[in-house]
Amino acid sequence: MSDLIHKSASELADLIASKSISSEEVTSAFFDRSVELNPKTNSYLYLNRDTAIAAAKAADAALANGEKLSPLHGVPIAVKDNLTTTDAPTTSGSKILEGWVPQYDATVVARLRKAGLPILGKTNMDEFAMGSSTEYSAYGPSKNPWDLTRIPGGSGGGSSSAVSGHLAPIAIGSDTGGSIRFPAAVTGSVGAKPTYGAVSRYGLIALASSLDQIGPVSNTVLDSALLQDVISGHDKHDSTSLPQSLGSMADAVRSADVKGLRVGVVKQLDSDAFQPGVKACFDDTIAKLVAAGAEVVTVDCPSFEYAIAAYYLILPAEASSNLAKFDSVRFGLRVIPDGNPTIERVMAATREAGFGPEVKRRIILGTYALSSGYYDAYYGSAQKVRTLIQQDLAKAFSQVDVLLTPTAPTTAFKIGEKVNDPLAMYLNDIATIPANLAGIPGMSVPNGLAFEDGLPSGVQILAPAMQDAQMYRVGSIVEQMYLAEWGAPLIAKAPKLEVL
Amino acid sequence: MAKEALMPYEQAIEQFEVVIGLEVHVELNTKSKMFCGCANIFGNEPNTNVCPICIGLPGSLPAVNKKAVESSIAIGLALGCQIAPTGRFSRKNYFYPDLAKNFQTSQYDEPIASEGKINIELEDGVVFEVLIERAHMEEDAGKLTHIGGATGRIQGAEYSLVDYNRAGVPLVEIVTKPVYGAGARAPELAAAYVHAIREIVKSMNVSDARMERGNVRCDANVSIRPYGQTKLGTRTETKNVNSLRSVENAVRYEIQRQAHILANGGTITQETRHWHEDRGYTSAGRPKSDADDYRYFPEPDLVPVQPSLAWIEEIRATLPENPGLRRKRLMEAWGFAELEFRDVVNSDLLDQVEATVAAGAAPQAARKWWTGELARLANSQEVAVQDLSITPTQVAKIQQLIDSGELTDRMARDVVAGVLAGEGDPEAVIEKRGLKVVSDDGALIAAIDEALAKQPDVLEKIREGKVQAAGAVIGAVMQAMRGQVDAARVRELILERAK
Repeated sequence: MSDLIHKSASELADLIASKSISSEEVTSAFFDRSVELNPKTNSYLYLNRDTAIAAAKAADAALANGEKLSPLHGVPIAVKDNLTTTDAPTTSGSKILEGWVPQYDATVVARLRKAGLPILGKTNMDEFAMGSSTEYSAYGPSKNPWDLTRIPGGSGGGSSSAVSGHLAPIAIGSDTGGSIRFPAAVTGSVGAKPTYGAVSRYGLIALASSLDQIGPVSNTVLDSALLQDVISGHDKHDSTSLPQSLGSMADAVRSADVKGLRVGVVKQLDSDAFQPGVKACFDDTIAKLVAAGAEVVTVDCPSFEYAIAAYYLILPAEASSNLAKFDSVRFGLRVIPDGNPTIERVMAATREAGFGPEVKRRIILGTYALSSGYYDAYYGSAQKVRTLIQQDLAKAFSQVDVLLTPTAPTTAFKIGEKVNDPLAMYLNDIATIPANLAGIPGMSVPNGLAFEDGLPSGVQILAPAMQDAQMYRVGSIVEQMYLAEWGAPLIAKAPKLEVL
Repeated sequence: MAKEALMPYEQAIEQFEVVIGLEVHVELNTKSKMFCGCANIFGNEPNTNVCPICIGLPGSLPAVNKKAVESSIAIGLALGCQIAPTGRFSRKNYFYPDLAKNFQTSQYDEPIASEGKINIELEDGVVFEVLIERAHMEEDAGKLTHIGGATGRIQGAEYSLVDYNRAGVPLVEIVTKPVYGAGARAPELAAAYVHAIREIVKSMNVSDARMERGNVRCDANVSIRPYGQTKLGTRTETKNVNSLRSVENAVRYEIQRQAHILANGGTITQETRHWHEDRGYTSAGRPKSDADDYRYFPEPDLVPVQPSLAWIEEIRATLPENPGLRRKRLMEAWGFAELEFRDVVNSDLLDQVEATVAAGAAPQAARKWWTGELARLANSQEVAVQDLSITPTQVAKIQQLIDSGELTDRMARDVVAGVLAGEGDPEAVIEKRGLKVVSDDGALIAAIDEALAKQPDVLEKIREGKVQAAGAVIGAVMQAMRGQVDAARVRELILERAK
């Protein structure tokens, strides 16, 4: 089956469940393709045939015994490199963790294994998830399968390039300010950030604890829903994980119906700041929804204006503390300077050598923001903005079921274009950040190619906290509208990686 | 470093008013650590009770130990504190190799308990009220051992070893408000306060409370000022003073040291100081100012602790009696002389004596067993008397057999030896060892006659039906016969006489 790699995860799962094909065959196909094409895309930092095939064989054996462990049983998956894995190094894209093999599996990784999903490898990312392009990875940028000179988004660009380039049918990402959704938008794939607490963060190398959330990356809305169903649920190892179940996302996708849907367009995110082609795609999505019978209104979220400013205080503050543990004492890189190597000098030399420039920039920002005398003005004010954004959203959601925005202001930019302009880079997340600040779910679904450059655009769907099912419902509606128009998913329009 | 110049103590007290403040860290004896499932055990092989959470591996997250919260609430209640309906954890950020995450998860602006007070009674009965500012939960750090230096301290060491077994052990830090007006008795009050805290947490069984193991550690803040000055003097904080005697001596030393400096026109440096137990002096540690920047912020990995009122009341209901009040009550109930009572308290035998009395023994008899014969046996076996394998119920039983004349004192000691040797309950030991009082009616009748002659009203009482009056005579007869008779037989013969 030569077109195996173009099938969706749910299609593969059905083929495996019906024993038309084995998990081992599927896993081998994706693995071989990954080995062949990863030099082009740099999607993976680590690939291990032995562990992937062993897991696939175990999945096949379980199925032979009549045990179907999950709806995605046997489907191979790529995992972002900031989730701990006992059988693969976990670097979070940083030199400071080069070669570190964790002693424990992240809860999400353990759930994937238990659900019978073989792990193909670990995907590239901006160092400690700080970035929007993977250009801040210590191991070089990943490439966008639509155009290898362009970024695949970040921080989860390894996962988005793997999925959109069919080096994996599905992948795990993490989203602190848009790190799942922005990469999905610029690679024409689907990515969802669940409600904060829906998925356990245990074993996710923290960037900003109050903003981080793990979620799915895929080529279809149903695949993301199936994957969220596998990885979500309460975990006693994560105090912030929600005690209650949010229901089945896959059911929400399968029963999606536009009837009675009320959609809000955020006034503050409907402006000239967006690339005209992206804006045109967004307007087209809205027009289609209206035509399908949805009610669309404009809602006012005045505090969104301050979201990026607040985000770039809260995130560095938490990150500066979360990254303090990288001190050479217990794990990871250790650099011993010449002369009298006191503990302070060893720590300083290790952090100097092991952290990249963006990480250092945010540690310094965060340390400053938390300093006594500045705390109230910076961290304290940022937390107040967070509350205001939550209030704006609560008001908006009292009028509508979901909010729609363009996921990103632009399509994929060129590698190197913004790497020396951190402020320009930070603006990529203008539409995605409010969801993290408010803890609500958000997903990006492909909605066309921008007319200027022919590159993918994404529409973001935001739902109230814990109403992830509502988000998936609308994601499915949007996906179906475009499927009807295109006859195939947007990803089918991507150029063949083999010839690029 | 050596001792600095000191002002004589009496002179210092004459010239300066002393203000102290005490921070006591209590290590809780929960089964597991504060934020992970690792065992909380002292003295294991280094780095064996560790996991990704307490050594701060990337990706790990804390989860609050409910039992530790319960113990912390209990301590707060025992100190008369208000319990906060919601209390969050914060991160205290600083780099140190014994601190796995390079931040300590602690409570900052929302402690679980605040605004309490405790009465401290000094040796001579004078009582001071000490106000408690707060009691908050936090985690302990690991333990560093510095190798290669002369002093075992970090200065001069070649390298250091770190043991994370202690990392994440739950701590409650109890902080007093400034204590004024203790004057010359400030050092004594400081020690008595630490003693009282230790006693309270021990009675509640929330801590092993062993200072030599660091279960209870005290940081003593001392400042002095000329009488009449309203502004507080600059304080020093003497760290980790690890015995009651050290608390007293360290406070006294700091008063004398500071007094000498101020009297000679100098100024006190705000700093932490180390107490050198062996030679009895403090030396400068790191400078400390109120501007020390720990960059506290709310711990985003933990949700706030929100104890329900019902839970707080449930915990309050299980609090044991305050140890000071209990001592007062028992001393009155037992009618011991002060020295006798202090002997019991100092030997830590209150529980044993109380249980023995509750099992039926007379207080004095119970006291004599525990502080006498049993203490002697424990001493010769080199174990703590509390650890002897004999229960208060068994002791009471043996005493009852003595009282009823079935055992002589000498035989009773035999029975004790048998119980300790694992031969079973007193009855079983008596059976096994054939400890039966022999009867010789001839000598016995003579002894009974003699005893009855001394207590002529006994026979009359027995005839009136007060059979228990025979007891007094039985005792006298048993004594005369040196216990080598059967008390039941004695009783039988007395009752016969009364017919």
